[in-house]
Amino acid sequence: METECPECAGTVSIAAPEKGEIVECPECGVELEVVSVSPPALALAPEEEEDWGE
Amino acid sequence: MGRITASIAGGSGYTGGELLRLLLAHPRVEVGQVTSERRAGKRVVGVHPNLRKRTNLAFSRIDDLQRCDVLFLALPHGASGERMDRFLEIAPVVIDLSADFRLREAEEYPRWYGHPHPHPDLLKRFVYGIPELHRAEMRSANAISSAGCLATAAILGLYPLFAEELVDRAKPVVVEVKTGSSGAGAEEGLASHHPERSGVMRSFKPTGHRHTAELEQELTGPSGERPTIAFSATAVEAVRGVLATSHVFLRKPTTERDLWKVYRSCYGTEPFIRLVKENSGVFRYPEPKILTGSNYCDVGFELDEENNRVVVMAAIDNLMKGASGQAVQAMNIRFDFPEEAGLEFAGLHPI
Ligand SMILES: NC(=O)c1ccc[n+]([C@@H]2O[C@H](COP(=O)([O-])OP(=O)(O)OC[C@H]3O[C@@H](n4cnc5c(N)ncnc54)[C@H](OP(=O)(O)O)[C@@H]3O)[C@@H](O)[C@H]2O)c1
Ligand SMILES: [Zn+2]
Repeated sequence: METECPECAGTVSIAAPEKGEIVECPECGVELEVVSVSPPALALAPEEEEDWGE
Repeated sequence: MGRITASIAGGSGYTGGELLRLLLAHPRVEVGQVTSERRAGKRVVGVHPNLRKRTNLAFSRIDDLQRCDVLFLALPHGASGERMDRFLEIAPVVIDLSADFRLREAEEYPRWYGHPHPHPDLLKRFVYGIPELHRAEMRSANAISSAGCLATAAILGLYPLFAEELVDRAKPVVVEVKTGSSGAGAEEGLASHHPERSGVMRSFKPTGHRHTAELEQELTGPSGERPTIAFSATAVEAVRGVLATSHVFLRKPTTERDLWKVYRSCYGTEPFIRLVKENSGVFRYPEPKILTGSNYCDVGFELDEENNRVVVMAAIDNLMKGASGQAVQAMNIRFDFPEEAGLEFAGLHPI
């Protein structure tokens, strides 16, 4: 399936998508959850806050 | 496949050395002559030790330059301008890395460089050397004026926002650039003496930097309205690298998704521009360090919704995308070579 990243509007393609699967956006690197396969839909996956220091 | 002959005037300096490194490895180029007035007759590797076993060339003098297909000028500003008539006779294509032909209007030279232009008649022959803005003109240009290093980073970061007319022109665009020491060239002086330069975060041009003129020129819209650029430069602890951080106030509220679309539509197919904006990891935004030796310009941004402000970050290696790499990219376009030829190096990590 091919759909848009909700964060950056980049194209995300997944060969054999499964509901609940977590993928990374190739453009902005955000983690995305496949919330529906047909129609294709992605949602931002809750990410653990990273302490970036500085 | 045929090769063209390329020579370098001012080949003993930093940008000349980088040009030589790139051209020696270029599949479509044969290096002709490399000049230095002070070191004429001496081995090139004496000042460019990274090129040992890559070349046996010795330096020539500018007066001994022979015809070639493309002549790169890596001379200090002033030294290119005064000899340009001759240089244009030596080669059908001249690529000048100095500032002497970057500004289209002769009257800008007294204002920014403090002297009248020696050859105002020639200014119109030059194409400003950022391929992402002027690729079409470059294909047939016989004179290309490579852009300033700080200007390249700042312009590439800002250009999409101006092209899409998103900028609130009633407010200035504030540009703060950080630069390493090689941006000042190989000529030594007290400011670059190690005990004085090492460890600095030195404001060296809070106002009045010459590259401001390049931003004003290149970001002028089709309507002819010049942008207001408030430009400051700071020297930091690095040999190579420029990071330009720009603050842009927008005409209308927008979203990060829309900004992504603006940048992607402008740069999506550009071989040397990468959009860098990630939510995790250490290198979330453009970082010059990992671009060392590469011709990439990494561009990132973040929206401050409350103030309708975009902070744009653009990073380059000043000697590559800021000078010699960009000049080779221009040559590739002009001679219809693959645009990435000789510029494939990806940079280093860790470094
Ligand atoms: N460094 C950067 O990051 C950077 C970036 C973009 C553009 N540029 C521009 O590129 C040009 C070269 O910069 P650079 O950093 O490579 O400078 P550099 O390291 O100081 O080298 C200058 C070169 O020009 C020669 N030269 C100096 N004065 C001369 C004169 N009066 N007549 C003939 N040759 C002369 C020197 O040769 P000798 O051995 O004879 O002294 C040397 O080869 C400058 O116009 C600079 O503004 C530099
Ligand atoms: Zn994305």
